[in-house]
Amino acid sequence: MNNVQNKKRANKSLPFFFKDEFKVFFVIIFFSTILLISTFTFDKVPPILNRGIQPATFPKGLLVLIMFLTTIIYYLSFKNPWKKEKKLPKPFFLTILSFILFVVISKTLDFFLAISVLSIFVSYNWGERRVFYLLLVGIIFPLVVFIFFEMILGLRFPPGIITNLYYY
Amino acid sequence: MDNLLLMMAPLFSSKLLIVLLFGTLFGLILGVLPGLGPTTGGALILPFTMTLDPLSAIVLLTSIYCAGTYGGAITAVLINTPGTPAAAATCLDGYPLAQKGEAGRALGMATVSSTVGGIFSVIVLVFFAPVLAKLAYEFGQPEYFALAIFGLTMLASIGEGSPIKNLIAGAFGILISTIGKDFMTSIDRFTYGINELSVGIGFIPVVVGLFAISEMLTQSTLLDQVFKRVALKAVKLPSLDDYKKTWKTILRSSGIGSFIGVLPAEGGTVASLIGYSEAKRFSKEPEEFGKGSIEGIAGAEAANNAATGGAMVPTLALGIPGSATTAVILTGLIIHGVRPGPDLFREQPDFLYGIFGAMLIANVLFFIFGFFGAKLFARITLVPNKILWPMIFAVSVCGTYSLSQSIIDVWIMLFFGVLGFFMRRFGFSVVPVIIGLILGELVEGTLRQSLVIFDGNWLMFLTRPIALTFFILSLIALAFPLLRSKKQKKIND
Repeated sequence: MNNVQNKKRANKSLPFFFKDEFKVFFVIIFFSTILLISTFTFDKVPPILNRGIQPATFPKGLLVLIMFLTTIIYYLSFKNPWKKEKKLPKPFFLTILSFILFVVISKTLDFFLAISVLSIFVSYNWGERRVFYLLLVGIIFPLVVFIFFEMILGLRFPPGIITNLYYY
Repeated sequence: MDNLLLMMAPLFSSKLLIVLLFGTLFGLILGVLPGLGPTTGGALILPFTMTLDPLSAIVLLTSIYCAGTYGGAITAVLINTPGTPAAAATCLDGYPLAQKGEAGRALGMATVSSTVGGIFSVIVLVFFAPVLAKLAYEFGQPEYFALAIFGLTMLASIGEGSPIKNLIAGAFGILISTIGKDFMTSIDRFTYGINELSVGIGFIPVVVGLFAISEMLTQSTLLDQVFKRVALKAVKLPSLDDYKKTWKTILRSSGIGSFIGVLPAEGGTVASLIGYSEAKRFSKEPEEFGKGSIEGIAGAEAANNAATGGAMVPTLALGIPGSATTAVILTGLIIHGVRPGPDLFREQPDFLYGIFGAMLIANVLFFIFGFFGAKLFARITLVPNKILWPMIFAVSVCGTYSLSQSIIDVWIMLFFGVLGFFMRRFGFSVVPVIIGLILGELVEGTLRQSLVIFDGNWLMFLTRPIALTFFILSLIALAFPLLRSKKQKKIND
């Protein structure tokens, strides 16, 4: 209990723009505003085809509702500040980096290679140093999954430098 | 009598029995592994169900649901970490009892009360779902709209965490459902010229992202966490004294769990917390709670498993999911061409009663597996995260890709994984997003069709008694957290 109060106090002493409450409020309002503006670019249907409301009306209503509710939670946070979250550790950022690597490799080189690289990268950065286990998660297991999906579901994976070797 | 025979059909089909056995074992493994659970597991296995007939597919998903909910208790008792969120209340007394050297007794009680709760809820499902389905014949578009709104407000008010944050998450889920071509006019919305987005965002990439990938990111922040394991010799059946002490608690929690399950909320999690607190309230030894009370374990476990059958009631009768896992099951029904609702009860009783029967058998199966195999299942938690999660990632990526064979789906999954991590970090539950996404088309479609019927007059909603009742219930649901916090403040003062 005391711990939570201490964390709350720690959060209270920060300038408002550093507080989690403001960051969350800002991000939601920012993206909702962009989306709301984009709803004005949606095509309109002539009255004869219009089923009840225009296609843009419903998302507009939802975005306004989200912005309104976000303002309420920000207002309530003045009375009841959120507890300050712990700093994110290095493995978290490395895992995010592995996702970016995955997207880049799967787009440019090969889908299977991307899975292998991510698996080895994540496993290594989470503390695995034994070569057999790195090969297990990076090559053996993805290969089993790949063949399983290919044979059972008849799935065709996107072409790439390694996948092509299997198909041709 | 005919229905009873239909319920027993899975027992006489070797294919369904194999599916049930696999589903129960797989569900137990998912339940035991912290961070995974029946929702993520169901979403991951959904692509594989395409190789099965509709009944086998849904039997597989429901058996994973039943066994996965129970599996969470094993880790809750032995390593003080709930395998699933629904087992959080089980930790409170399960682990202290295990520390006293009575892990076998704690798991025995968890197994028995989970089975009783699960079977009780299937009986509720068998009797209550057809009644609700009959009532649904009276529903038109305005009533379905009001019902969906009621579902979302209930989710916000009795779900975990802040009701306002839950409402934002629910609205966000509905907003995601509007991406793509408008289903009534074919006008593009939020596609920004990307062709792949014209068909909208699929359910599976969002579920796998919000549950599996966000959990992977959460695990990356917990690498220094050390579990204190309690050794388990064997699961023991509760003694006569334990039965005498807990039978009322088990029955009460079974009733509570089934009722909470019917309401569209986070089913098992909320049910187990209420079941636990009610067990404490009615107990002759409330001071024992938190120190290894056998009643505490029984109260929480009977309730969370009773919520499984309860949550299937609105899913099958109305097409409104009662929990995140039933949202996955609903998706399974839809992709197999089965439309839940009153017509399903009239046209395909063999299919429905097959599901009921399978759930009943799954409850018996997890009792047997849990009783004889808990020690083995507990060993699964010894697989280190640095090996387990890269493997889960590989399955997640291939599973997500497989449904539409689109790489965009995999990127959407990653996006929702990161988003889900930050949502959970800042107290937003991801469950309302899933429910909002699946109800989105229903909410918008019924609203627009109602407005066509009402010639654009919104006030006409108030002239429909059933719709009006749901709107009033929605207002009550929204006011409930406010009243609850005021009452709590009074108690604190």
